Amino acid sequence: MNLLVPAAANDGQTFQGPTIEEFFPQAVLFEGTPFELNRVMLIRILATIALIVLMWIGTRAMKVVPGRFQSVVEMGLDFIRVGVVEDLLGKKDGRRFLPLIAAIFFFVLFMNITGVVPLLNLAGSSVIGVPLVLAVIAYIAFIYAGVRKSPKLFFKNALLPAGVPPVLYIIVTPIEFISTFIIRPVTLTLRLLMNMIVGHLLLVLFFSATTFFFLYAPAAFKAFGLGTLAFGFAFQLFEVLVALLQAYVFAILTTVYIQLAVAEEH
Amino acid sequence: MDIAAISGNIATVGYGLAAIGPAIGVGIVVGKTIEGVARQPELSSRLQTLMWIGIAFTEALAFIGIATYYIFTS
Repeated sequence: MNLLVPAAANDGQTFQGPTIEEFFPQAVLFEGTPFELNRVMLIRILATIALIVLMWIGTRAMKVVPGRFQSVVEMGLDFIRVGVVEDLLGKKDGRRFLPLIAAIFFFVLFMNITGVVPLLNLAGSSVIGVPLVLAVIAYIAFIYAGVRKSPKLFFKNALLPAGVPPVLYIIVTPIEFISTFIIRPVTLTLRLLMNMIVGHLLLVLFFSATTFFFLYAPAAFKAFGLGTLAFGFAFQLFEVLVALLQAYVFAILTTVYIQLAVAEEH
Repeated sequence: MDIAAISGNIATVGYGLAAIGPAIGVGIVVGKTIEGVARQPELSSRLQTLMWIGIAFTEALAFIGIATYYIFTS
């Protein structure tokens, strides 16, 4: 018996590893229509509603001396404003892009965190839609920021970097074009998507292996179940960290791209 | 049972290879940041921001490595 290879038959006796099908569950509502909802979509809607409601409650009746809930929301907003936007963009440009960056941060955070919430257990951003849409928004934002500032300077900085001998532009310009206008949105999408996919697959692997070891494995293997259970819990905590970190990284990369676009020269 | 027999997809080995580079890269980024903070503790928040950006860029290669598995096996 090879424990590493997913078995064809799911009879409970052989170990079945998680597959990519995890992320494409059966439709729940409105099957066959364009508004078809499956578990991922329901989780996304739930996360969005949770975000809106929490933000609304947190900022509904703001006091000079904040209550406990308001201070938590304020801490999050302050972290984005001071730690990310104003730190990288400065106060003037920061004010313009703060709503966008803050929205991206909290949206990614709430989409990611559903991956570790019990009963939901699947991140809203673990199917390509959410990361792709956010990456496109970030892409439009940094091009808009650059073109608004000065179209000539933006494309000159992006495609014809200063300090390069003119002959080398034959090589440098295509590389700069690919890295700025193609690699950036692709990596933004893939980074978030793959982090969430891998995180979910790891958790499924740990907990399904635990079930298998305890219930179906030969007696000699049962002790492994304790190990996979412990690691499952450890990785659950690790996934909370990953969710926060990826939201932070997505927000900070969007900010950096905008910063590079509005920079005078770099 | 033949212990040496391996079944499954060669792409998993490919991901293993793709993970080596970013692993070394992230190690260097974090290590250098720690060095920088040890020399100049007052810059730690600025250095940390740069560290996360550096990690994000380095890490991207590993995630492209994972993605290829899904692209080329379908």
